[in-house]
Amino acid sequence: MTGTLSFEPDDRFNAFLTTCRKVSHGSGRLAGIPVAVKDNISTQGIETTCASKILKGYIPPYDAHVVRLLKEAGAAIVGKTNMDEFGMGTTTENSAFGPTLNPLDTSRVPGGSSGGSAAAIAAGMVPMALGTDTGGSIRCPAAFCGIVGLKPSYGRVSRYGLIAYANSLEQIGPMAKTVTDVSTLYSVIAGHDPRDSTSYDRSYNHIPSVEIKGLKIGIPQEYFGKGVDPAVGNVVQKAIGTLEQLGATTIPCTIPSMEYALAAYYVICTSEASSNLARFDGVRYGPAADVKKSWHDAYRDVRRAGFGEEVRRRIMLGTFALSSGYYGKYYAKAQVARENVRADFSRIFSKVDVIAGPTMPTTAFRLKEKSDPLSMYLSDILTVPANLAGIPSISVPCGKVAGMPVGLQIMGRHFDDERVIDVAYAYEQAVRA
Amino acid sequence: MTEAHVIVGLEVHCQLDTKSKLFCGCSTDYRNDGPNTHVCEVCLGLPGSMPVLNKRAIEFAMRVAKALSCEVLYESEFSRKNYFYPDLDKAYQITQYDKPLAEKGILEIDGDDGEKKVRITRIHVEEDPGRLVHMGNAERGRYSLVDYNRAGIPLIEIVTEPDMRSPKEARKFLNKLRATLEYLGVFDSEKEGSLRVDANISIKGSERVEIKNITSYKGVEKALTFEVTRQRNLLRRGQVVERETRHYLEARGVTQSARSKEMEHDYRYFPEPDLRPLQVRSWVDSIVLPELPDARRERFMVQYGCSVNHARTLTGELRLANFFEKVVEPDPAGLPALAATWIADILIGELNYRSMSLDLLEPATFTELIRLLKNGIITDKSGVEVLRVMLDQRLKSETTETPEVIVTRLRLAKTTGDDAALRTAIREAIAENQKALEDYRNGKAGALNFIVGQVMKKTRGRSDPAELNRLLQEELSKGA
Ligand SMILES: [Zn+2]
Repeated sequence: MTGTLSFEPDDRFNAFLTTCRKVSHGSGRLAGIPVAVKDNISTQGIETTCASKILKGYIPPYDAHVVRLLKEAGAAIVGKTNMDEFGMGTTTENSAFGPTLNPLDTSRVPGGSSGGSAAAIAAGMVPMALGTDTGGSIRCPAAFCGIVGLKPSYGRVSRYGLIAYANSLEQIGPMAKTVTDVSTLYSVIAGHDPRDSTSYDRSYNHIPSVEIKGLKIGIPQEYFGKGVDPAVGNVVQKAIGTLEQLGATTIPCTIPSMEYALAAYYVICTSEASSNLARFDGVRYGPAADVKKSWHDAYRDVRRAGFGEEVRRRIMLGTFALSSGYYGKYYAKAQVARENVRADFSRIFSKVDVIAGPTMPTTAFRLKEKSDPLSMYLSDILTVPANLAGIPSISVPCGKVAGMPVGLQIMGRHFDDERVIDVAYAYEQAVRA
Repeated sequence: MTEAHVIVGLEVHCQLDTKSKLFCGCSTDYRNDGPNTHVCEVCLGLPGSMPVLNKRAIEFAMRVAKALSCEVLYESEFSRKNYFYPDLDKAYQITQYDKPLAEKGILEIDGDDGEKKVRITRIHVEEDPGRLVHMGNAERGRYSLVDYNRAGIPLIEIVTEPDMRSPKEARKFLNKLRATLEYLGVFDSEKEGSLRVDANISIKGSERVEIKNITSYKGVEKALTFEVTRQRNLLRRGQVVERETRHYLEARGVTQSARSKEMEHDYRYFPEPDLRPLQVRSWVDSIVLPELPDARRERFMVQYGCSVNHARTLTGELRLANFFEKVVEPDPAGLPALAATWIADILIGELNYRSMSLDLLEPATFTELIRLLKNGIITDKSGVEVLRVMLDQRLKSETTETPEVIVTRLRLAKTTGDDAALRTAIREAIAENQKALEDYRNGKAGALNFIVGQVMKKTRGRSDPAELNRLLQEELSKGA
C-alpha cells in the first residue's frame, strides 16, 4: 500500500449505496484515483446488494476480477453506486434504497441501470466508475448525465464477480467524464480471465487517436425514425456532420431485425434472470428464511418480500418464457431474432467501419415519468441491439436539448473497441477545440 | 405371466473420480472431513461466481463413451436444470440436456438367456448437488442442515434403453457397468454415495413406473423385484398400474409413491450461458482404453486356465482381478488354480460376511496361505480357519499374524499317519462309538462317516479326510 485516501462526498443525489471513508491504495496506472463501483460487482469485505433488499447485508468473501485489477492498478475503491435493482431498469428508480437523482436536474432521472455511477461522475464525486451494461445500462445513464460510457465487446472484460442479471448480454464497462479516462480505465479492466469461460484473450492497450480520415459511418434509418425525439435526432445528425468534417463519410443503412430486437432482448434477459435470481432464497444470504415454516413457504415469503416489483415481474416473465410448451414460442424464437440482429450487423459492417446514432430516443425522463413498464422498455430500443450482437458501443456527449445532454452512440465490429473509442475521441476533441 | 414380460431401463449416476470438482478447484476428497470444508464461491453458488469446466472430468466421460462404443457428439452443451431445493445452492443444476456428450452405445452383459447387448441411449456430465443432513427428533423438533462438500462433484449419467428383462438382469448390467468404469479408472464404487440409480420398470402392456434414487447395487435388484411383485399383484386383481414416480425405501425394501407434486416439475432447461459449447469429438482417437473386463476374462482363462465362472467372478471387479494377479505373481504356473478357487469361492464370501474391503488384505499374505494349501501343510478346513483368523485380526488392527504363525500357534498343521495324536483320536472315536461300529459291521457304510466326523472333531479338522479314511480302515481291520 502506498497511500490512503479519505472520501467524504456530498452525495445529494443518492449516487452511492456505500462509501468507504478511508481507503488505502497501491501504486500503478490508477494510483490514488478514486473509482466508484456499481453495486452489482462483488467487492470483498464491502456490502454488495445490487440495490436489492434480498441482498441487504451480503458481504462478498471475494473480489470480482475487475475489482482485483483495479486494486492492482492502485485505484482506491471509494464506494458502491446505486442502480436499478439487479440492473432491471432504465432510470435507477427501481432501487430498494431510493432513486438516484440526475445532478444536472434533480427533477430528472440519471438513467439506468448504472445511474449511481453516472451521477457520481457527473457531480464530480469521482473521475471514473465501473458500470455494467445488459441492454444499455452504461450508455443510457452516460447519455442522460452528459458523460462518456463504453459497453465493451462481449468477452473482453471478465464477468467473474459480476452478480449476473443476463449473462449472455452483459458486460462490465468504464464510465468517465472524458474518452481518455474511459480508455485508461478500460485498459485496466480488459483482458482474459480463466475464471470466466466466456472471456477472450483480448487485452486493451490503446491510446485514443483523433485520426478518422476515410472512416465509413453507417447511419441506420431506424435510429432516426419512429419513437426517436426529432430534437435529439437533430443534435445527433449535427454531431455526425462534425465527424464528416473530420474526414469520415456516411452511408445510410437499415437494421430490419430491430423490429424484433426489443422483444427478443426482453425474452432473453428475463429468462436468464429468472434462473440467476432463483438462488436468493434466504438460506445463505440476505434476510433469513423463517425456519419454522416449510421450505417451500419460507422461500416464497423471502422472495416476495425481498424482491422489488420490477424484479418480480421480470422473474415471472422469464419463468414463463422458459416453461415447457412456451420455450419454443419465446426463448427459442428470441435466439433466432438475436441471430438475425447479428447477421444484420455483420452485413452492415462489411460496408462500414462503425455505426452511429443517438444513444437514447430522448433526454433524461422526469422522475416517475416512466411508471408504465412498457414505455420504459421501449426506451431501450437503440441500445439493446449492441448487446444482442455482442459488439462494442460507446456513448459520448454531443450537445443538449432543452438543457439536458444528448449522447452520440457509436457501435463497432466485435473486438473493434479501439476504433469505437477513436471515433468518440475524435468527436470529443473536435467539439472541445 | 413370465419374467420375459418385465421391461427395465436404467439411469445410472456415478461420481467421476477426479481430484477436483466439475466447475471449481475444490478437492473431491471430502468424505473424512467436516461439513462445508471443501467449498468455494463457485460450488457454493455465491452471487457472481462462474463455472470453469474441469477438462479431466470430460476426458473421464469420454473414456466411458469410448468403452461403451458411443458416438460422441460434434458439439455438446451444458444446460441449466432449474428447480428449488435447499441442497441446490444456485437453484439450478448444471447438466446436459438436448446436446449430451455422447449417445447410442452398447454394453454387453451375461444376461438371463446368455450374452446380451444392452443399448446405451446417452451419456452426459453434470454436477452433484449438496447434501441435507437431517437433525433433531420428533420431540424437540426436526431440522435439516446443508453440507455443500458434495456440491459440484462431477457425475456421469448413463441412460439405457429399456433392454433388461428382469431385476437380475438389471443387477448384472450394473455390475458390468461398475466393473467397466473401474477398469477405466474413472470411478470408485467403494466410495460412499458414489452411485445412484433411477430405474424404469413396466410389465408389458402396462404403464411405466419410475423408481428414484436407489443408492446401492443390491437395492436396484430389490427395488425392482418388489415392483415386479407389486405390479403383478395389481394386474392379477384386475387393477391398473399407474404411471408414477416412486421412491425406494432402502431400510424397508419397498417402493413408495412420490407425492404427485414432485412429478409436476418443469425444469425450464436452457443452455448455460456461462459455458461455451463443447467440441471434443476429436479427442476420441487420442483416448487409449485399458484392458476391459471382457478382455481380461478371456485372458484369465487362457493365461491362468481359470474356468469361465471363476474368470467371470474374478474379473467382475477391478480390485478382485488385481488381487488375483498379485497373489499368483510369485508362481504364475503353480498358484492360479488354487488361488482362483480360494478367492472366488471362499474369500469373497468371507469378506462379504464381514462387510470388509479387499483392500485390507495383503496379496502376499494370501499367496502364503495358498502355498500352505498347495504344499499340503494344512487341510482346506484349516485354510478357512487361518483365513478367518487373519480377516478378524485385520478388522481389529493394522497388521495380522502370517498364515504360518497362525498355523503354528493353533497347531493346524495337517496330521500324518505317524501322528500319535491322530491314532489316539481314532482309537478313542472307535471306543466311544461302539454302536456306529456295530452298524458298520452290519453293512451300513454310512456309519463309518460318522466315526470319521468324530475324529475330525477331535483333531479340529487338521486331518486330511482321505488319509483319515485310510487310517481308520487300517485300525478297524486290526481290531477285526
Ligand atoms: Zn468449490
